[in-house]
Amino acid sequence: MSKKESTFFNMTLTLLVITMVAGISLGFINDITKGPKAKAILERKVNAIKQVLPEFNNNPVENVTLIKSDRAKDSIEIFSAFLDDKKAGTAIIGSSEKGFSGLIKIMVGFKPDGTIKNIAVLEQKETPGLGTKMKDEKFLRQFRDKDPSSFNLKVIKDGGEVDALTGATITTRAFGEATQMAYNIFVETNQSKN
Amino acid sequence: MVEKLNQNDNFLKGIIKDNPVFVMLLGMCPTLGVTSSAFNGLGMGIATLFVLLMSNIVVSLIKSQIPNKVRIPAFIIIIASFVTIVEMVLEAFIPFLYEQLGIFIPLIVVNCLILGRAEAFASKNNLISSFVDALGMGIGFTIALTLLGAVREILGSGSLFDLKFVSENANTFILFILPPGAFIALAYLSVLFNKVTKTNS
Repeated sequence: MSKKESTFFNMTLTLLVITMVAGISLGFINDITKGPKAKAILERKVNAIKQVLPEFNNNPVENVTLIKSDRAKDSIEIFSAFLDDKKAGTAIIGSSEKGFSGLIKIMVGFKPDGTIKNIAVLEQKETPGLGTKMKDEKFLRQFRDKDPSSFNLKVIKDGGEVDALTGATITTRAFGEATQMAYNIFVETNQSKN
Repeated sequence: MVEKLNQNDNFLKGIIKDNPVFVMLLGMCPTLGVTSSAFNGLGMGIATLFVLLMSNIVVSLIKSQIPNKVRIPAFIIIIASFVTIVEMVLEAFIPFLYEQLGIFIPLIVVNCLILGRAEAFASKNNLISSFVDALGMGIGFTIALTLLGAVREILGSGSLFDLKFVSENANTFILFILPPGAFIALAYLSVLFNKVTKTNS
């Protein structure tokens, strides 16, 4: 086959056909992956909830409350977990924009008395090997079973009680801020119910 | 091209003689950006390999139908489509890797290695040669990225493929995890690679 001439008609037609084929195939792939994609996101949430809350037997993902707050861009999600109709705990998604590379999203699990059960990191873009250590057991351990009303969530350097990650003080600060935000929401929602 | 290419040489040139990273220094953005661990390097390499393979196949198949003056936009559309497919598939089925590679997946589009092979090779050669060329180049790229990632991970985090071999509190060369370390590691690896391959040939 000889090469097509670069006439105006040929060029337009070729590009039209290529973009059309590309567009159709992308739409087709999008349809296929839509389901699994949503499932993957949901699964991550469910896993995080299981990680941060004590034992429960309802489905907290269905039991979600959305709250609008000026502290975060999206509405804040609150998951309530029950064990045989008794409140087992609350998981709240806290976020901070002050991470070393922007947004940090974490899920904080509170026991009914307000102490932190566990924390899971949902989204982060921190420096690998430095800021990403906030996912490590060694760092998260210091938050467990602490009540933020008596445990200052600021970094030691700023007068708080959190031991900062080596070389990632900014990350630790943002992490503390996100946790504090989740706690504030926890307190607010509990008050409004009583 | 009239002469017949030796497919064996065609395949090996991407890995050794014209290694895209260590010899041609192509596609530096993902090379330096994502190789903070061996696993990330491997993932990025395989994603690039897939896009390279598909784009070389398609470009080689339809090369005679593309008018010369619009060939670059046509190639870019083809490449961008495959990159978007990779992105969607990764997000749906391997969310862990998708999260790790982040912005670097869409940036495969502008990886000059892929456009370079489409323009310099696939648009001039037949299907089989283009396929072998893409396979060789892609594997060469993957090996290079994994190697670079492994070196940076060993020095910077004291682990390899997330298996730690130093204690939790040990001090490691954090520099190698950070961007400057990528340049340093790449430079030394490149020197080493060229030294070894030059003395062999």
